[in-house]
Amino acid sequence: MADALLAVEGLTKRFGGILASDNIVLDVKQGELHAIIGPNGAGKTTLIGQLTGMLTPDSGTVRFAGEDITALPAYARSLLGLARSFQITSLFLDLSVLDNVALAVQAHAGHSFQFWRDARKEKDLREPALVALARVGLADRADRPASALSHGEHRQLELAMALAGKPRMLLLDEPMAGLGTDESARMVKLLRELKREYTILLIEHDMEAVFALADRISVLVYGRVIASGTPEAIRANKDVREAYLGEQEVVS
Amino acid sequence: MPALNTRNIVIGLTILGLLLVPAYALVVGNTFILTLFTRIVILAIAATSLNLIMGYGGMVSFGHAAYLGIGGYVFGILSFEGIRSGFIQWPLALIISALFALVIGALSLRTRGVYFIMITLAFAQMVYYVGVSLSRYGADDGLTIHRRSDFGGLINLSNKTVFYYLCLALLLGTVYLVWRLVNSRFGMVVQGARSNINRMRAIGFPSYRYQLTCFVIAGTICGLAGILLANFTDFISPAVMHWTRSGDLIVMVVLGGMGTTFGPLIGTVAFLLLEEALPFVMAKTIDPLFPGVRPSEYWQIVLGPLLLFVVLFARGGIDGFLRGDRDG
Repeated sequence: MADALLAVEGLTKRFGGILASDNIVLDVKQGELHAIIGPNGAGKTTLIGQLTGMLTPDSGTVRFAGEDITALPAYARSLLGLARSFQITSLFLDLSVLDNVALAVQAHAGHSFQFWRDARKEKDLREPALVALARVGLADRADRPASALSHGEHRQLELAMALAGKPRMLLLDEPMAGLGTDESARMVKLLRELKREYTILLIEHDMEAVFALADRISVLVYGRVIASGTPEAIRANKDVREAYLGEQEVVS
Repeated sequence: MPALNTRNIVIGLTILGLLLVPAYALVVGNTFILTLFTRIVILAIAATSLNLIMGYGGMVSFGHAAYLGIGGYVFGILSFEGIRSGFIQWPLALIISALFALVIGALSLRTRGVYFIMITLAFAQMVYYVGVSLSRYGADDGLTIHRRSDFGGLINLSNKTVFYYLCLALLLGTVYLVWRLVNSRFGMVVQGARSNINRMRAIGFPSYRYQLTCFVIAGTICGLAGILLANFTDFISPAVMHWTRSGDLIVMVVLGGMGTTFGPLIGTVAFLLLEEALPFVMAKTIDPLFPGVRPSEYWQIVLGPLLLFVVLFARGGIDGFLRGDRDG
């Protein structure tokens, strides 16, 4: 486990009688794209909440780059280089697109107790923000209000904000959610590029995208990791097929 | 050079008008107008400070008038106890306002939304009742202050014109300060926290300490307005901290335009002028139609719907209306 950037051990979270995370063991190696899949209600969002510090686990540990971050608040994890994007778009809708990304840059540029200088004229904030916007293909939208962007562009902006903090690892919570076919294809292309530079933990519903991108896949069902391995191994795994097929039988 | 649109013209004329008030009072030989506008200018400082936390920071404080009272009481009590120097009174009043804001903010900011509104109201009510219980300093009846702050030969606060211009200078200084603040890195964090506090945490901001700092700055500025108000009226009583006064401040900010540079100033001028003018105008126009009833005594009946109208149809307040907000 020496090369694991993110290591999760025995993570357990209970909401009343529901075991949302059941002794989860997971690791993400430096440089890999590790995807997590699972049917609705499998506990994917609960898991990412605990990884980012929005939720506190009942037991278990989360280590990032060897450091125990289980008790760290969300902002401190972000400052360590663990950047996330949100499943449900979470932006500063009343600020401009560039302001959104510049704030993400600012978060990693020391404290913000600077009361006088016009932050919108600071090159140190604006230029890295523009680079991140260009990276996701939103450079020409920089001065629009974030609320004026399309849903697909919001997803791209989410990514730009995650990239702006020069993270060591990206936690992407369903970046493809709600995208059309064209937009999805563009996002897959973008993720494929990002994969070369970043370690990524991807939570995604879109199976085609996951199997096209992932180096490793873990399958989460009822809060438990039932299988973990290469895409080929997962495709062939009996338990996984049962979990998904079983679900379909219940539905039909 | 700012563009010549309706909004900037109105702002420019308002400031020009404020600058000329003493000259006008001199020409017509009527000091009432100077008295009225001194009050307007002082309350505009309070409204501008409230706008910093409410308009830009999204922290709707329903207890902002408490700082008017705290600033005023510290000044009044020091004066009563024989400490007349403004060089002692003012810094001490500001520091104590800041300390109150620090404690109130530190606790209130652990809540959000309606709870934040209610807890700031509760704290203001506590401060109000402390004022009521200060029997040595007049309790309910308030404390008459016999001497205004003494700044040696530097400035004479007893001169009405000098006092007015001091207040106006402090108002314009406050507007400038708030403008610089909200556009700085600090201001971006405060605005980000208004917009989406969860996202702020996710991108790495410990928002609480920035919001608290903002809350303290606003409380301190409002404490300054309190010092001015008590100097102006030569009087301080718990009434300035009554919750309805906090409500008035909110109305001034909303009426003028939340989260805008000059909105609170315009809102305060509009609100207090309406308060003065409505009974007068109604007495001239409507009262003769209803002999024996005198509707002008119930001028709030007209003010209420008027404010409602602004809130419903000019969402950005007067500022938004002047800017021509179509989505408002």
